[in-house]
Amino acid sequence: MITLQCVTKVYGTRQGPRRVLDDVSLTVRKGERLGIIGRNGSGKSTLIRLIGGVELPTLGRIRREMTVSWPLAFGGAFQSHLTGLDNLRFVCRIYGVDYKRTVPFVEEFSELGAYLREPVRHYSGGMRARLAFALSIAIEFDCFLIDEVTAVGDSRFHERCQIELFEKRRDRALILVSHDANTIRAHCDQAAVVENGRLHRFDGVEEAQAFYSAVAA
Amino acid sequence: MKGSTSLLRSIQIQMRVIGALMMREIITRYGRDNLGFLWLFVEPMIFTGGVAAVWSLTRNFHASNISIVAFAVTGYSAVLLWRNCASRCCMAIPPNVGLLYHRNVRVLDLFITRILLEIAAATVSFVTLSVLFGVIGWMDWPKDLVLLIGGWLLLAWFSAALGLVLGPLTTYAEVLERLWHTLTYLILPFSGSLFLVDWLPPVVQEYALRNPIVSGVEMLRAGYYGPAVHSHFDAGYLAICSAVLTLVGLSLVPVAAGRVEME
Repeated sequence: MITLQCVTKVYGTRQGPRRVLDDVSLTVRKGERLGIIGRNGSGKSTLIRLIGGVELPTLGRIRREMTVSWPLAFGGAFQSHLTGLDNLRFVCRIYGVDYKRTVPFVEEFSELGAYLREPVRHYSGGMRARLAFALSIAIEFDCFLIDEVTAVGDSRFHERCQIELFEKRRDRALILVSHDANTIRAHCDQAAVVENGRLHRFDGVEEAQAFYSAVAA
Repeated sequence: MKGSTSLLRSIQIQMRVIGALMMREIITRYGRDNLGFLWLFVEPMIFTGGVAAVWSLTRNFHASNISIVAFAVTGYSAVLLWRNCASRCCMAIPPNVGLLYHRNVRVLDLFITRILLEIAAATVSFVTLSVLFGVIGWMDWPKDLVLLIGGWLLLAWFSAALGLVLGPLTTYAEVLERLWHTLTYLILPFSGSLFLVDWLPPVVQEYALRNPIVSGVEMLRAGYYGPAVHSHFDAGYLAICSAVLTLVGLSLVPVAAGRVEME
């Protein structure tokens, strides 16, 4: 279970402090698939970074009682001078996973072929996303955090994610962030909307979508 | 992973993370091939060895009858230690920001990794050069190994503490990094590497010893030359300065970590 208790995040900007998240509370249980919808700049990426422990909240508490992946996003988490395999080795060391056992899956899932032995800075956005997904699936977290990355990659990649992440690992929890309500509807059974630093949770994706359309308009 | 991770478990995770970071740092800095790893030690060895060779050839220490090679090796190894620990901690965060996406990687680990690597590099270079020059007869073997190791460890502690203070401060003002490079040249003549305290007039000696690094270098040389030189040092003073800097550094690191902005 992941619990956020009255979490507030304030960033210092040149115009003074800016409250990006305001008194957000949230619970995600094992196996739940929560979609977080919000417009660009609404604070949803900040929220997922706080859940992932990348950044610390200004106020409030976050408890993680299951293993949580790092936020799978466009940037970050990789050392661009290192090869894909070196990055895999590093990530395995960090999470205490046997490197050799993960290599076959990563090779198979990422379909990066010889590129796995090339520096990550030569990768395209889609290739990075494939590597990120392959690594995190290989490490077998209880909860996956995904920040918009499903927007990249071709249909074949989506199909593989569908099988490995959304079907074979149905028992895992998932927190998916997107500005696109259709992405959320495809993968989540619950949804929340971030708007003006506030989190509005809904039982169904439809209600969230209706609310989002109303405030976004 | 439970909400409250036990202390032992946390220490295990941090050791694992620091180990992974060290391997990563070596690969990024020195490349993949096996010879690349050697550069970690060869670089400082060439530097110290070169200085020792130049000094022994130019013989600018006529006043003294002590081994010039030993003087250069002890002096420059000490410089490598404090200079590199501090300068590698400056701007340690920006190239590694991406790694902070992994919750277990903390800003403190980035500093510790670089400090440990620099201490290891300086130590291997110091030991290798001493043994090498000892074998070919350019240098005598150290007279008091305990004093020598004690001095080296205290200097390493001070260098680490210096890095822990300067590293976080560069997140406030990046200009500090460039300033530190300039400062090293200004500090160098007063750090005890280029003189023995005993050579100075008694009035100046007192001021020289206010720099804690001087005590460390004097300890090294006391260990090396034994009773052949008259050494002046205050190990307690060096230890207290290191402890104070460590505490200041450790309290600055979380503040700096809070200032780190992710992409």
